[in-house]
Amino acid sequence: MKLAYWPGCVSRGFTPELHGSVAKVAPLLDLELVELDRANCCGAGVIAEHNQELVDTLNARTFALAQDVQGAAGMMNICSTCQGAQSECQERLDASSSYRDEVNSHLKPDGLSYQAGDSWWNKNFLWILVEEIGLDNLRARVQRPLSGLRIAPFYGCYIVRPTRRLGFDTYPERDQYLNQVIEVLGAEPVEYAGARKCCGFPVITMNRTTSLRQAGRHVADAIDAGADCLVTPCPLCHLNLDLQQPAAAAYVERDLDLPVLHLPQMVGLALGLEPKELGMGKHVVSTGDVQRRIAQLAAA
Amino acid sequence: MTDFALKIRRFDPESGQPAYWADYDVDLPPERSVLDGILQVKDREDASIAIRCSCRAAICGSCGVKINGQSALACNTRIGEAAERARNGAITIEPMGNMPVLKDLVTDMEAVHWKKIRRVVPWLLPAEDPPEGEEYIVPPESMLDVTQSMACIQCGACVSACLSLEVDPDFIGPAALAKAYRFVGDPRDGETESRLKDLAEDPHGIYDCTHCFACVEVCPKDVAPMNQIMRLRRRATNDFGIKDSNNGYGHEKAFANIIEKWGTLFEAQLLPRSFGDGSLIKGQLRPSGVKQLTESLPTVIAGLRSGKVSPKKALVHPKLPDQKQVRRIIHEIESKDERLELNLYIVGEMGEESEGAMAEGSGES
Repeated sequence: MKLAYWPGCVSRGFTPELHGSVAKVAPLLDLELVELDRANCCGAGVIAEHNQELVDTLNARTFALAQDVQGAAGMMNICSTCQGAQSECQERLDASSSYRDEVNSHLKPDGLSYQAGDSWWNKNFLWILVEEIGLDNLRARVQRPLSGLRIAPFYGCYIVRPTRRLGFDTYPERDQYLNQVIEVLGAEPVEYAGARKCCGFPVITMNRTTSLRQAGRHVADAIDAGADCLVTPCPLCHLNLDLQQPAAAAYVERDLDLPVLHLPQMVGLALGLEPKELGMGKHVVSTGDVQRRIAQLAAA
Repeated sequence: MTDFALKIRRFDPESGQPAYWADYDVDLPPERSVLDGILQVKDREDASIAIRCSCRAAICGSCGVKINGQSALACNTRIGEAAERARNGAITIEPMGNMPVLKDLVTDMEAVHWKKIRRVVPWLLPAEDPPEGEEYIVPPESMLDVTQSMACIQCGACVSACLSLEVDPDFIGPAALAKAYRFVGDPRDGETESRLKDLAEDPHGIYDCTHCFACVEVCPKDVAPMNQIMRLRRRATNDFGIKDSNNGYGHEKAFANIIEKWGTLFEAQLLPRSFGDGSLIKGQLRPSGVKQLTESLPTVIAGLRSGKVSPKKALVHPKLPDQKQVRRIIHEIESKDERLELNLYIVGEMGEESEGAMAEGSGES
């Protein structure tokens, strides 16, 4: 399947291991990715707060670039926040033709235009896995079932709320997909309170206490539920849950030491890739324990 | 008639016993409400179950509870649909979150919700007296922008669901901030700027919202409190240039400046620029900025040590190949006299355009 691919900013910034893992995993899933290297930031909710017409135009530009990719089935993103921010813009652009015309008028000088239509879509890698590739197809590709690993899903707000905007009418199980993928890969999904809560990242520069209490509490809950690691489809969640985890520990007054995987890393491990190829050494919280478990699986 | 299993959270402070789950069975047509189910249990099995309710039609906002973990009005939730979403066969019903429980399904709205509503001065502070012997007249289109926040029925579902309140009980919260916008957006109010200053400066005010959409998801009246909070932020920063000590203003400016300069996010500069109202140099010289940057130093070191951030990446960020396109778009839109905003609450999701729905005042500054 050929896809226009929007990697987002953070996957090429502070979580380079995510961008690298997608490059390794995509061919194993028969995904041909055409990277939108001229596309701009989705605004992450902040540009929307600043100026709505601006954020809608910036994302319409990205959509237009994606629609220009010949033969692509749709557009793929690898970040819950990109998904949410872009879906919000797309909802407005699709709702009103006069508004869309106004937005497109800003793109016209560069020969770009966003065309609304039911058949074009922008989906997170998680949605692609379940809806386009299919769980049975994914299961058939597993080389190394992640048996015995207890993995706690962390979805990221933007990919599960608001349900009405995010296509839950058509795909009512989108808030279960991460659990389903964990199962299909042979691991055990862990039930805990924080799976669909907020990581706190959006207020890290404005209210550090609120932000890190949220991150710390979810990591602690996952540890208490017996998780070996967390997995997330959102690199911004990853920043607060992994990069900030040592700082978050102080805000919940306990030790935390729980590795946090990116979704494509988890998929890659099950498809037979080695932790090193997936950049698992580039985490703040060591993924050593998970790596050892993977090595034992290979030996067994 | 269909049989439904209800699992209701019971708690009686006078009993001295902790809260517990109790199981009940009801039979009702699936299109009836969860509230009908609770009332049938009260009628047939146990009259002592405490719940607030009155209108049964999603008007009074009394019967807020959590159904299968989700905040909602019991009268506005079909029992058949709740059963479909129930795990382990039974519909769970428990009191709302983020508020103390008085008994069973009754929460102390006074201790949290109403206290916060009063915090935002929820009445009009008119700029001038009404004309002699008359009332204030406002053109209907100038009130369109606040109709969404006026739709609130004070049920507290958003307060119950708020993920920021969960870790910061002092957060003013979604319902009260939506109410604040109702007056900030009212053309008759004379205290717009001081209201915004107050809410921006409060460490538990508009910049304590984590943008998680929980309130948007649960509101039975589509008030979308988070959207109202974003409007408050937009008015505070863009219309009044309110520079708050929480870095709300700085964060927004820093982000916008970075996109204007590079097209994608240059993370290493977001923090220092946030502390300098968008400027890198100012952020690194201000005492408050230096303090907060020092606080983040261990995180920076951890990032460098893990190899996810290289010193080069921290200093250099590539511009988009077509950055001049992005810059032109930004300048074109930001130079407009009025911000254009499409409010789907007003136009409807399938989008019939209306003049008033598309315009947002550019403010008084």
